[in-house]
Amino acid sequence: MTVLTIKPSAEDHHIAYMAALAIVLMLMEAALPSPIPGVKPGLANIVTLLVLQQYGLRAAAWVTGLRVVAGSILLGSFLTPGFMLSLSGALASLAILALARYLPSRYFGMVSLSVLAAFAHIAAQLAVVSVWLMPSVNVFYLSPVFALAAWVFGLSNGLIAAYLVEGKFDATSST
Amino acid sequence: MLANKLALIKLGDWLILGLSLVVVLSLFSYFWLSPAGQKLIIKRGGVVFLSASLTRPFTVAVPGPLGLTQVEVANQRVRVVSDPSPRQLCVRQGWISHEGEAAICLPNQVSVEIVGATRRYDSLNY
Repeated sequence: MTVLTIKPSAEDHHIAYMAALAIVLMLMEAALPSPIPGVKPGLANIVTLLVLQQYGLRAAAWVTGLRVVAGSILLGSFLTPGFMLSLSGALASLAILALARYLPSRYFGMVSLSVLAAFAHIAAQLAVVSVWLMPSVNVFYLSPVFALAAWVFGLSNGLIAAYLVEGKFDATSST
Repeated sequence: MLANKLALIKLGDWLILGLSLVVVLSLFSYFWLSPAGQKLIIKRGGVVFLSASLTRPFTVAVPGPLGLTQVEVANQRVRVVSDPSPRQLCVRQGWISHEGEAAICLPNQVSVEIVGATRRYDSLNY
C-alpha cells in the first residue's frame, strides 16, 4: 500500500490563508444590508489587490477563484445567477489587473488598480445581465449608478489596500 | 495626518480617478439627461398605428392578434397599462419618457416608442 503525501508549498499556505480572509470579508459583506441591490463595497477585492502586489498574478487568480467558489457554496448561491455575476465580475477584474500591473508603479498605485478592477467588474456584470439574464430590460439605463458605486468603492478599497501595503501589512508574519 | 493619507494616491492614480469620473459623468448625461421626447409612435405589426404628442394626456387601446393593449399618456410620459402578453414585459417596463426609449409587447405585436425632434438612432434592437 502506498501512502501519497501532498506537501503544500509555502505559496499554497499563503493562497489558502488569503483566500480564507477574502471569504470571511465576502460573508461579512453579504450580511450587511445594501441600499441598492447589487451595490456592494467588494471588500474581498482588497485581498486580491494585496495578493497581486505580494505574490503575483497567479496567486491572485487562485485566491479570487477560491473565494468566488467557496464563498458562494457557503452563501448557498453556487451556480445561481448571482454566482455567475460574481464569477464574471471576478474574471473581468483579474483580466484588467493582469494588464494594469504593468503600469509603472512609480505613478500608479493601488488606487489605480482598484478603480480599474471595479469598473471592469461592473462592466462585465452589466454585460452578463443584459445579454443573458434580462435581455429585454435596458439595464444600461442604471449604469450611471453602478459606475458611480464602482468609482467610490474602487477609491476606498484602493486607499485601504495602499495603506496596508505601506508597511502596515505583512502576510507572512500573520500566518 | 491627512497629507499622509493623500500620499497614498499617486500622480497616475489621480489621472485614473479623473478619467473614470469623466466616464461616470458621461454615463449620467447620456442615459439620464437625454432630452425628453416630444412624440410617441405606436406601431402594430411594424406599421404605424398612431403618432401623437406627449403633451396631452390620453389613453388608447391598440388591437393586436392576442387582444387589446392599453396605452396611457400622462405628464409627458407614456406606459403600457395592460397587455395580453404572457410575460408582461412591456407593462413591467413602466413609464418611459426619454427619446429613444421604447416599450415593446412582442407577442401582441405592439410597440410604443418615444421620438424627439430628430431621431438619434436609425434602429434599436432589443
